[in-house]
Amino acid sequence: MTTFRRELTVFVRTVIGRAYPRLIGLQRERSWLFFEIVLPLLGTSAFVFIYRALGAQPEFTGFVVLGGAMTAYWMNVLWSMATQFYWEKETGNLALYLIAPTSRMAILLGMALGGMAATTVRALAVLLLGSLVFGVTFTVSDWGSLLLVFFLTLVALYGLGMIFASAFLLYGREAWHMANLLQEPVFLLSGFYFPIKSLGFWISAGASLIPITLGLDAMRQILYPQAGWGFLDVGIETTILAILSVVFLVIAHRMLLWLENVARREGRLTVRGQ
Amino acid sequence: MSMTTQALSRETWRESLRSLRVATWLGWQIESNWTDPFLFAVYSLIKPIAGAMILVVMYLVVSGGQTNNPIFPYIYLGNAFYIYVGSVLMGISYAVIDDREHYGILKYIYVSPIQVYFYLLGRGVARTLTGTIAVIITLAFGVFVFKLPVNLVAMDHALFWPVFLIGLAGLALIGILLAGVTLITARHNYFMGEAVAGALYLLCGAVFPLDVLPKVLQYIGLGLPMTYWLEGLRRAMLGTSASPLLAPFSNETILMILISSTLFVGAISLGFYRWCERRAKEKGLLDMQTMY
Repeated sequence: MTTFRRELTVFVRTVIGRAYPRLIGLQRERSWLFFEIVLPLLGTSAFVFIYRALGAQPEFTGFVVLGGAMTAYWMNVLWSMATQFYWEKETGNLALYLIAPTSRMAILLGMALGGMAATTVRALAVLLLGSLVFGVTFTVSDWGSLLLVFFLTLVALYGLGMIFASAFLLYGREAWHMANLLQEPVFLLSGFYFPIKSLGFWISAGASLIPITLGLDAMRQILYPQAGWGFLDVGIETTILAILSVVFLVIAHRMLLWLENVARREGRLTVRGQ
Repeated sequence: MSMTTQALSRETWRESLRSLRVATWLGWQIESNWTDPFLFAVYSLIKPIAGAMILVVMYLVVSGGQTNNPIFPYIYLGNAFYIYVGSVLMGISYAVIDDREHYGILKYIYVSPIQVYFYLLGRGVARTLTGTIAVIITLAFGVFVFKLPVNLVAMDHALFWPVFLIGLAGLALIGILLAGVTLITARHNYFMGEAVAGALYLLCGAVFPLDVLPKVLQYIGLGLPMTYWLEGLRRAMLGTSASPLLAPFSNETILMILISSTLFVGAISLGFYRWCERRAKEKGLLDMQTMY
């Protein structure tokens, strides 16, 4: 019992310790906050103007603003979760993580929680500014469902980020390029800027493995119940997101153990400047 | 000119060209040798096509599947050529961060017989080459899959090539300007390139006619060389302009504005880079480590 309590204390302290720099980083370099809000807003604005040039229905502006806000989470998962162990390797921190008497999952969980909190500030800012600038109004039909979908989307998404982080342990420079490769194709497949239903059933079903696909679709259905662009029923999408959350976290845990061993055996944990 | 001055000038040029060539080779290696050629080809193929497909799907959702609206080739071509903006700007400015902080070799470059200006341009050339692959793939995809009305034989080559090359030179000069900013800043450099590329995407009518922007932004857009670059390229390839705001400008006017604005940007860029370089040396920033 005492051992369990000690391990739990270390786990919790690790989570807090790893989440702390993510949160405090917000205060230390405020110009980053500015750029991380303005950059997605620039892209989002461009997509709004495309729809305006095409004479699209007003709800498409709302779709784009919501998608633009959610890009902050995907970018955070890619660049601050998936590639994080690669950066740590480059700066020499990874070896310190591995010799620390704590769980690697606690480190990943701390990164995820800190990242989620910091990114939520950015996403909210994009959502608010985008809504103000383009006059978007959202009508929430069910707050409970909206919050549940949002929460499950983030859990599943950061679970996927943990899987990537484990996989990228083996990578050198490829990590950077792989993360780069996962931007536009995922923006396309997850329907960040258009309703996913328009890609057809099978492509949308395949893309549903990326949690943000169903998360965005469900949130759009809740915010624009009359639009009629939903892919699946919100209840079904919520259930799939709950299943993905559990599955991704379990896979992440197993992959981390397995790939850490592979990386140790192949001597990749301390290779820098690759 | 005396014999000695002539010899010096010849030597400087030789050194500059060598710097350009070696930097291009180095940049290409960095860009491409992280994986096997097959994966690199897949990587080069998927990214630009996915980027173009986002816009295509957006267009098709609204138009109900029709591609005969003149706005479709306008969006598609603008997006395809815009790939160069990100490639060249980031290629040149990011080389400073890469060499200073990742590989730690910027100070060695400054003490070696290399013309730094041409070295940076060479790193930009490498990214331009990978960008060119992406642009060609995107255009070919558009022509074959979406029947984009582009005829490479019949298009206006007399307009296309001068506009294309001057525009690329203009982008390289903006890239040098950003490289100057990167030299003297600590943690903002990565965002800087992205911010400039993002702002240009919005303001120069890359994927929608300037006419839909608010008036103030239209005026800013009209002051940017890239607006005339993309307009010139579209006119050369499609034969028409889909922007009522730019339609009154003749092809010659577009070219003249592009040349004069590029010269203006060039003068600012060169002067600014020299100033940044001097400041970086004075403050000891050439080997700065910010643990980005």
